[in-house]
Amino acid sequence: MDNITGAELIRACSAIGAGLAVIAGIGPGIGQGIAAGHAAAAVGRNPGAKSDITSTMLLGQAVAETTGLYGLLVAILLLFVQPLK
Amino acid sequence: MQDAILLSSGPDIDIMVKGLFSYELFGQTFWITTTHVCLLIVMLVLTVFSIAANRAMKHASEVPGGFQNVVELIVEMLDKMVHGVMGKSGDKFVNYIGTIFIFILISNISGLFGLRPPTADYGVTFPLALLSFILIHFNQFKYQKPKEIWVDMCSPLPPWLPIWFPINVISELAVPVSLSLRLFANILSGTIIMALIYALLSKIAYFWPGALHAYFDIFSGCIQTYVFCMLTMTYISNAIGEEE
Repeated sequence: MDNITGAELIRACSAIGAGLAVIAGIGPGIGQGIAAGHAAAAVGRNPGAKSDITSTMLLGQAVAETTGLYGLLVAILLLFVQPLK
Repeated sequence: MQDAILLSSGPDIDIMVKGLFSYELFGQTFWITTTHVCLLIVMLVLTVFSIAANRAMKHASEVPGGFQNVVELIVEMLDKMVHGVMGKSGDKFVNYIGTIFIFILISNISGLFGLRPPTADYGVTFPLALLSFILIHFNQFKYQKPKEIWVDMCSPLPPWLPIWFPINVISELAVPVSLSLRLFANILSGTIIMALIYALLSKIAYFWPGALHAYFDIFSGCIQTYVFCMLTMTYISNAIGEEE
């Protein structure tokens, strides 16, 4: 194991870090699922307001998605830009 | 080989913004990139469409038909969207919101026509969010008294105890960052996934990536356009405050 250079070690650790960073996707997944479930229940209760409910749900989901996207951005930066090289 | 494992510089993976040619200005090197070219193409398409729409509306007939119908449909849809959120004050903002809506929509969908979407570059989305940010605060100072803004900025605590003021300032400054990063990261992730699929599965990626294009380019692009405009409108109507 003597022939691993520092750059290779950093690259390998960047890949692991990128994998850890996208774990942030769990939170938005749960949140969006809850939002979609409640929206489905709301449509079941009041089918007339379907378009309003859908647009509200999509807006809320897009805002909730932001934290997951931050994790994704960190992963993309680690993999493609490699700031630690 | 190690680079190809990390997918950072594989030969056929095409996700980065590429510089086409550079020039020197004030001792700095500037690059004309693929983003500029794609933006120019999008602008050209929009300009041609606008001129054609103007022509069609100049001799508009009582009973709309053909192209005039399409133009009226677009304008009515944008009007309805803006007025639905902002109420009466929507009249002043329907031009701005409509412009950024059409621009972002065409930019997002341009991935479908083989361009690299211009909105997958942070240099495009951040100025858009900055424009919205300036508009929000311009309207806040126009429609609210300085005392109201101060009370608002110290909001959970009474206005003579401005402990929360720095935190509220940070949350205000986070608005353009989160607006632009949301659009950027969504479109960029779609671009990356499509590039990976075409590069890694080149032999078997023949017809079925069309379904993924429908999701990543059309669905995601439309949703993000809608969300960007919706959030801008919500922030602006918050800044305007109560209708007098």
